[in-house]
This record gives sequence, C-alpha cells and structure tokens, in this order.
Amino acid sequence: MIAALVFACNPPATENKSEGGNTNQEAPAGGQEAVQDNDSQKDVVKIAVGSADHSTLVAALKQAELVTVLSNAGPFTVFAPTNDAFNKLPKGTVEDLMKPENKAKLQDILEYHVSVGVFKPEMFSDGQSINQANSKNISLSVKDGKIMVNNQANIVATIPAANGIIHVVDAVLLPPGN
Amino acid sequence: MRQSELKTLSLLAIAFATTVFSCKPKNVSTTTSGDAAEKVYVAPGKYDEFYNFVSGGFSGQMTVYGIPSGRLFKVIPVFSVDPEKGYGYSEETKPMLNTSHGFVPWDDLHHIALSETDGIHDGRWAFANGNNTPRLARVDMKTFRTAEILEIPNSAGNHSSPFITENSEYVIAGTRFAVPMPDTDTDVPINTYKDNFKATISLISVDKESGKMNIAFQILLPGVDFDLARAGKGKSHGWFFVSCYNTERANTLLEVNSAKNDKDFIMAVNWKKAEEYVKAGKGIKKSVNYAHNTYDEHTHSATSVMEKEVIMLDPKDCPDMIYFMPCPKNPHGCDTDPTGEYIVGSGKLAAVIPVFSFTKMLDAIDKKTFEGNYAGIPVLKYDAVLHGEVKKPGLGPLHTEFDANGNAYTSMFVSSEVVKWRVSDLQVLDRVPTYYSVGHLSVPGGPTKKPWGKYLIAYNKITKDRYLPTGPELCQSAQLYDISGDKMKMILDFPTIGEPHYAEAIPADMVSKNSVKFFKIEESKHPYVTMGEKEAKVERKGNEVHVYMTAIRSHLTPDNIEGVKLGDIVYFHVTNLEQDWDVPHGFAIKGANNAELLVMPGETQTLAWKPEKVGVYPIYCTDFCSALHQEMQGYIRISAPNKNVPLQFSTGTNQPKFEEDKF
Repeated sequence: MIAALVFACNPPATENKSEGGNTNQEAPAGGQEAVQDNDSQKDVVKIAVGSADHSTLVAALKQAELVTVLSNAGPFTVFAPTNDAFNKLPKGTVEDLMKPENKAKLQDILEYHVSVGVFKPEMFSDGQSINQANSKNISLSVKDGKIMVNNQANIVATIPAANGIIHVVDAVLLPPGN
Repeated sequence: MRQSELKTLSLLAIAFATTVFSCKPKNVSTTTSGDAAEKVYVAPGKYDEFYNFVSGGFSGQMTVYGIPSGRLFKVIPVFSVDPEKGYGYSEETKPMLNTSHGFVPWDDLHHIALSETDGIHDGRWAFANGNNTPRLARVDMKTFRTAEILEIPNSAGNHSSPFITENSEYVIAGTRFAVPMPDTDTDVPINTYKDNFKATISLISVDKESGKMNIAFQILLPGVDFDLARAGKGKSHGWFFVSCYNTERANTLLEVNSAKNDKDFIMAVNWKKAEEYVKAGKGIKKSVNYAHNTYDEHTHSATSVMEKEVIMLDPKDCPDMIYFMPCPKNPHGCDTDPTGEYIVGSGKLAAVIPVFSFTKMLDAIDKKTFEGNYAGIPVLKYDAVLHGEVKKPGLGPLHTEFDANGNAYTSMFVSSEVVKWRVSDLQVLDRVPTYYSVGHLSVPGGPTKKPWGKYLIAYNKITKDRYLPTGPELCQSAQLYDISGDKMKMILDFPTIGEPHYAEAIPADMVSKNSVKFFKIEESKHPYVTMGEKEAKVERKGNEVHVYMTAIRSHLTPDNIEGVKLGDIVYFHVTNLEQDWDVPHGFAIKGANNAELLVMPGETQTLAWKPEKVGVYPIYCTDFCSALHQEMQGYIRISAPNKNVPLQFSTGTNQPKFEEDKF
C-alpha cells in the first residue's frame, strides 16, 4: 500500500511535460486521478489501489505512467495480476522492470494487460483473441466455465469499475516476443 | 470464493481511496505558464485575433468564440430550433428544418469546414453536418446565419462530413450507418447486414458565386462505417481520403465486434475520375426524396423544395476510382498535411499513428501493388503506401492538425494528451495533458495549405472538476495552448456548449470586415414587408388575419387591434424599421404556443398565433431597444365569433370616448 499512497501526490510526469511552462516546478497530471470525488463509483485505478493484493501492480502502473490513462474515460478491461502473480516471476524480474531504463518494457507488459473496451466474463469464448493496448493479442480459453488467458492465467475474480472492468488474474501475462 | 474476494476488494477500495487521492497536484501555477494571463488577455474594447467556429454537437448549433480570449460571441442556430432568435418558430425560418421526415427540430452538429480558395481560407461560408437526420448546412459568414440546409438521401448518420476541397468545389458527406438502400427491399432482418446494407458517400458541389449546394453524385459502397475524411490538397488535389471502421460489417455490439480486424481502411477516392464517369454517363439516376432548404436574404424567408433524383456511381462500373489503404484498428481521424503529400490515419485502438504517402499511393496504384480486394475494391499493400509510423505516440489517437513548420498535433483520447510530432521523420517532439479526454483539435488554418498557427485548441469530452460544479450536467471544457515555441504551453481553459467536435479558426479580419450591420429596408422583397408606419395595416382573408406591423423606437404600429375573432389565425408580420447597427426589436404575445420573434433592422419576421380564448392579449418588444423599451407595448382584442366587432387598428388614436367625464 505504501507505493499506492504516494502516487497521487506525485503524478506521472515525463521530462518534456515538465518543460511546458516557466513556473512548472512539478509536471501536471493529465488525467482524472486527481479529481476529488469520493461519491462516484471507483475507476479501475482506484479499485486496484484499494486492493492489498495489487500493491505491486499499482506501483508498476505508477512507474509506467499509466495511472493517468487508466483514470480516464476508457472503457477498459484490465487483467490485474495479484502480488502473488508477480511473485511467481523469476526472482529479480519485477525489480528489474521497475528500473527507469526499463520503463518502455514495463509499459509494454502492463499495456498488454489492458483492452480498450469492456469484456464481461460471459463475452469470452473459447479461442477468442483480443487486441490489447500495446497492439498485441491475448487468447482466451473457456473450458467448463473456467476462463484462462494465454493458457496461463486464471481469472479468479471480476470487479466492475466506473470506467470498465477488472479481471483479477493469478499470473502475469507476457507479450509475445518478450 | 469469488464473491468473498470481490467483497474484500470493494471494502478495501472504499477504505483507502479517500486517503490516497486526498492531495491534489494540479493548480494554476503547475499547469500553465507564468505569462499565460498576458497571452490570453484581450483588453476591454479590443478584439481577438481569430474567430473560432465551433461545432455545438448535440445542441445542433454552431458557436463562435474569440481566440485567444475564449469569449463566446454567438450561437448560430443551424439544425435545432432556437426560441431566443425565433429560429424554427417564425414562419420564415420553419422551412429551414423541413426534411423528408417532415419538420425535424434538432440534430447533432459535429464538424465545421470553412470555405477555401487555392487551399486557403476565404472567409465566405462555414459548412456543418447534421449527423442524425443526414443534412448539410451552409452558414453565411457575412450574416452569421444559416443560409442553406440540404438533406442527404441514401444516407444514415452523416458523420464523415463536411470536409471540403481546396477551391470549395465539393463538400463530402459519408455515411456512418450503412442501411438498406431505399430502392431495394428495406424491410429486412438486421442480421442480414452483410447482404443488404450499403454505405454511400455524396459529393456536394458548391456554386462559386452563391455558395449554393447541389448533390453532384453519390458513390455506392460496401456497408462499412465511414468516420472522418479530408480532401487532398496541392499534389493530392482531386482526391478525398475517408476513414472506415467496422470493415467486419457487424450489426451489433460494435464495441467488440468491429474491433476484430487488425486493420480497417482509409478509402482513397479519385473524385476527378468520378467526375469523368458522371460526364460519361456511367452514373445511374436514383429516385429519391430529399429536402433542399434555402434562406433568401432579400425575402428574409426560407423555402423548402423536395428534390427527387440523384446520380449514383457504382465502383463496379468505374475502375480506378476507389482504393483502400489498410489502417490499423478502427481509424477515426484522417488528416492531410499542408503539402498534401501525407495522410495521417488515427486508429483509435492502435499503438502507432500510420502516415501514408500520396506519392507512394500513386506508385502502388500504378504498379498494382494490391494485397487483395474488399467487396471488389482494390486494397493496396500497407507497406507500399506507408510513409512511416509514429511509434508509441500515446494511447487512443483521434485527430491531427498541422502548423506551418512541418509539425503535426494529434489528440490522444485514452491518454488525455496532445502529442506534437514532426511529419518528416515522425519523431515525437512534445506532449501536454488535456483536462480531460480530448477529442478534436483546432489550429487556425490547420486543415488548409496555409496554417496560421500560433494557437492550438483542444476540445475535451470530460469536464468533471475543471469549473465550479453545476450539478450532474456540466459544460464542456476547451483548452488553449500557445504553440508558437518548441513546447506547447497551456494558457487558457474555457467552457463550451453542446459537445464541441471539430472547429476551425480564421484570422478575424478575414471575416469582420464583411460583417453585415443591418438589412436595407428599401431592398426588402419580403411579401409582407411594411415599408413605413403609414403602410401598417390589418387585413382579413377569410379566417386569416394579417397584421402588417412595424417596430421602431419605441412603439409598435399598430398597437391596438380589435375585431379579431376566436377561430381566426393571426399572422403578425413584424418589420423592424430601424436602419441602425445593433437595434433588433423582439415581439411576443401572451399565451402563444410558439416563441418570440427577434427581428433585425430592416427585416420582416412573422409569428403565427391561434387564439384559444376570448379576451385582450398584451403584445410587447422583448429586446431592450431604448429608454422607452418598457413602453413599447400594445393589445390585441379577441372577440366571440358572433359578436359584431369591426376590424380596426391604430397607434396613438384609440382614446377613451368620454375622457373629460372620467377625470
């Protein structure tokens, strides 16, 4: 949770963003993550932030500057790996991806977990292929009501969000070619 | 198991969300440059540099703002009634909203195209599309009024419109919705879409002198969704480029079903070739029914004519007229750069922005570098027509505008930002956030051969916390950026009405110098004009009562009318006799199931009124015209049909009969 608590105060920034104005001490957020609204249904980011099982994902989203994107209108389907899913990766993988020089790679992996569009569980069919935000496809298998992504990750929970839907998965999806 | 996990997550979300988002990073000092106020400040009495003609989206209207101040100058009623101006309520303007479906008082206005000569703005007309009941409008930039509305037959969802060629030869109107064509069986199951539904594009010619529109021809096309378009310019003059999505030809849940193909298309239309085919008689005359409405400045009246025929070209009979260029993932914007060489396709769901080369396209056509065909139309090879891709530009590219220095500006809806990139080497140069979820962009002259540059305006879809809240429904927000330097700088936030889609901006002096101040009364050809107070009268024709009324500071003539009976229809033809700038008079009557009239100096407008009860009804001027505006009032008496009250009217003479006795 600590990583999550920090990011709203330090919104995503890029170098060229911060050069935007004379008095820019801190780059602005471009998204709705800074909107003060505790009444509306939570968006996919706020739900992830609120989940103790997703602190690694949230920290990674922050590092990859995807908080702004996922706080916006969407609609998104987010396949959200749990902390345990990240822990299943070879030792040091997450730490490595979190390094500034690997930001593009981290973005690619995280965008591979996001579809633009709302896919409810009942809309998945066996053999279905879905194009993700990084432009690579994931494949779905549906057997006896059990949904798997890329023959690797199980959908263990589904949570509707204001700007889309979250499918909690028990493995990190790696884009083809990685 | 799932249920409990869900519950846990939800609870956690509620518990932590407040803490996490409690600090707000953005404020004026962190989002704008320090000299922003100076850059957007237009001192009282001073003028803006640019007019910004902005689509009003679901308001159906066009709005006019000043740039850089962001001040709203006018809402021009186009496709929706406007009681404030009597538009769609006065007898003169009702025909403007006539269609083959009868009177349609609303539409959804998405895009603006300003007329051009030699690829440069000429300040004459602003065209706009009606997205719902397919229509095209022309606004006269001398009067800031809708001069013409043309219904588009064989069309549904006129979204891919009204983009314009470099000498205003044509305005395009492409269908968003494919539908069964009216000359076939239209009562078909929706899931026979692939067999029975067709799309069309229409090329509407624009008369060089009068601006009058005419459907030159239509082209029958497979049932894809046409989204946006641009005419070629310079070397690519003679072509139109049109983005298409739903090449899957899905008829339900397009959110999923139209996103299946890796690539949809940019359609390239050789309209000069199409002209040749029309001349050669290759077109088929189709029997249709559509309204063509024009407003005459001299009669101050609109007329609606039902037209019955269009010429349709079928690509099957017209080789070398249409080609498809593959474009990744549901392309939306389709924009040509100022040189006419580059065509930018923006796939909403794509991770790159493909930029096509017109020269390469011609070469690929010449060498028949096709990867196949789609519904019989050749599909060019992607790599053969590609200039290159802008890599990792952001997420959700939508629309691109250009400056005069070889740079492009693309809006990114999903990542809510504007990305500046160089057309020659496709390098990303700068990016700025928008608040929130930007749709269209406007650079003054951005779609022309000569961008005026200097500013960029982002029209956003989501407002949320940008202004003081006004309940669930908020205005839309626009942001102004200074693009005169290497980096874009946000300098202003301003509210807009309806939902702005595309907009164009033009140097103020190209328009302001032509602006009409009033209509010359002696030139009026209105059939019910009253040229002076002495000519004011009331005439009965059967149960129609025509009131020839004048308005001038500060009385109506006549202002006492008697002898009108229940069952009559009263037509108040109000002529504003003023010949002075900015002195409109309004006219209203108690209980009218209608609106007011707002009559410009030298103009005549008519309010029809059917009284429902016997009595005396007040009439008055609604637009504060003078110190005695509040005295500008009168009465009309409505009598029972069997009561013998003679028709009489006057101003100033209808005094009490025994005045001395009463005091």
